[in-house]
Amino acid sequence: MDAKIRKDLQKIACKVRMGVIEGTYNAKSGHPGGSLSISDTLTYLYFNKMNVDANDPESPDRDRFVLSKGHTAPALYAVLALKGYFPQEEIKSLRHIGALLQGHPCIHIPGVDMSSGSLGQGISAACGMALAGKLDGKNYNVYTVLGDGEIEEGQVWEAAMFAAHYKLGNLKAVVDNNGLQIDGAITEVCSPEPITDKFAAFGWHVITMDAHDFDDIDRAFTEASSVNDKPVVIVQKSVKGKGVSFMENQVGWHGTAPNKEQYEQAMAELEAQLKELED
Amino acid sequence: MADVIKKATRESYGEALRDLAEEYKDLVVLDADLAAATKTGIFKKAYPDRFFDCGIAEANMMGVAAGLAACGKIPFASTFAMFAAGRAYEIVRNSIGYPHLNVKIGATHAGISVGEDGATHQCNEDIALMRTIPGMTIINPCDDVEAKAAVKAALDFNGPVYMRFGRLAVPVINDSETYKFELGKGVVMKDGSDITIVATGLMVNEAVEAAKLLEADGISARVVNIHTIKPLDKELICKCAAETGVIVTAEEHSVIGGLGSAVADAVTECCPVPVVKIGVNDEFGHSGPAVDLLKEFGLSAENIAAQTKAALKLKK
Repeated sequence: MDAKIRKDLQKIACKVRMGVIEGTYNAKSGHPGGSLSISDTLTYLYFNKMNVDANDPESPDRDRFVLSKGHTAPALYAVLALKGYFPQEEIKSLRHIGALLQGHPCIHIPGVDMSSGSLGQGISAACGMALAGKLDGKNYNVYTVLGDGEIEEGQVWEAAMFAAHYKLGNLKAVVDNNGLQIDGAITEVCSPEPITDKFAAFGWHVITMDAHDFDDIDRAFTEASSVNDKPVVIVQKSVKGKGVSFMENQVGWHGTAPNKEQYEQAMAELEAQLKELED
Repeated sequence: MADVIKKATRESYGEALRDLAEEYKDLVVLDADLAAATKTGIFKKAYPDRFFDCGIAEANMMGVAAGLAACGKIPFASTFAMFAAGRAYEIVRNSIGYPHLNVKIGATHAGISVGEDGATHQCNEDIALMRTIPGMTIINPCDDVEAKAAVKAALDFNGPVYMRFGRLAVPVINDSETYKFELGKGVVMKDGSDITIVATGLMVNEAVEAAKLLEADGISARVVNIHTIKPLDKELICKCAAETGVIVTAEEHSVIGGLGSAVADAVTECCPVPVVKIGVNDEFGHSGPAVDLLKEFGLSAENIAAQTKAALKLKK
């Protein structure tokens, strides 16, 4: 990947993480851990991959995105705000009464293609969108991001079967393998492993990726784009809470908002990272 | 009198989909391995490229329908009522209802008249479940003519619609030449002044027959067909409450949460009068021929007539 592009993406991802912290801090609730683990992936998709335009959010030819792990909406909202779908100020009223930004993605929010958050459902909707694209002879792709805990839902595997059966090559799923869910490590709660083998057995093209290395992200999505005859899943190895030292790999940060002191520390860390990138 | 023609509304559903496909290019049909039973197989035969079998996976089917609708298609997701409203309830709520997507749910084999398959497949709860979803339209047609008209009305309406069809062949009581379907509007099948019988689905014909039995006993019963259970024609229901002073409801559904509850809700607000609910009481069904089950569970003209006479005594 071009060094300048890489650095630009790293800077944007840093701002996305700041949006995650800003949103959950002001909401006094929300899910920072899993939002931080997908921040780089969403940054790459919206700023380097997907055919989307904030000035034409309903274009029938646009690529679609469904955040199947909808609880990590703070990351999606931060990306959409940076893309210009709505004012940055909205981030501060996340989850507030009367706010645009609901606790989980809602289709009525500019830039949000599907309501989601009840786990296991987003991937089915993504299948429907991909099927519609094929029926209409359109070239758009449908991207969806699932949690590694989320794939314990049976509906995910109903969808996996459907996508392979109908050869939805325009469907590109990501499983955010940060290894943690609410009750603990995924391997201890009710293990969905081996994730890659399961998707391969269901007839998907499987790619693995380092979720925090833009060169590797670029490689994985470039490979994903080259596959057109079957659905693609990218299983990304990620760090829950990535970018904020005290949140990294801590299950407690799945669904807890930072207090004022933690907010200030997190923002200071992210600002330092941004400054280092800008120097 | 000419022979009564009987036809199952599931059959009407499959035929209507086929007949409307040419005009409605975005219409696509999904099923969950029941195309032979839901009669979407009729559509599949004519339009194989617009038919998608999802296998025995109703949750995913509803989600796929949502995604198709989000991209401009008009999907008809078809399966038995038990699985459409029951198993897939939360997907219908969150992936279809909450985003208010243009998905049509074709739920066949509703009610006790599923017959021999027994309690596991006799869905007497679907209206209650679907009523709780904000923005969901619910249509329960009474015969072939109304069922076909309902499919067209659902196509012309932008938003989620739950359509309820039966397995059992039932008399065709409407005239296809003159029939007009208006979404959300009840139909007075027979006027009357002593009492109103509000019925839906296959109970409409039973109610009409009950009114004839009552007429022989000198009782003037009005019969109202409520094909659209949500949004309910409150204006008509309240008018009937005011004019006849007592209401009997008749439905092939649990007395908890269905038409009877909807009517009682409306009447309580606008014109409190006694409402007597005929339906499946708080119990599961069991195996048996559909016609025998309908009799056993009191879903017959004879029982409606008897209950109506009893209800008259409640009138103030």
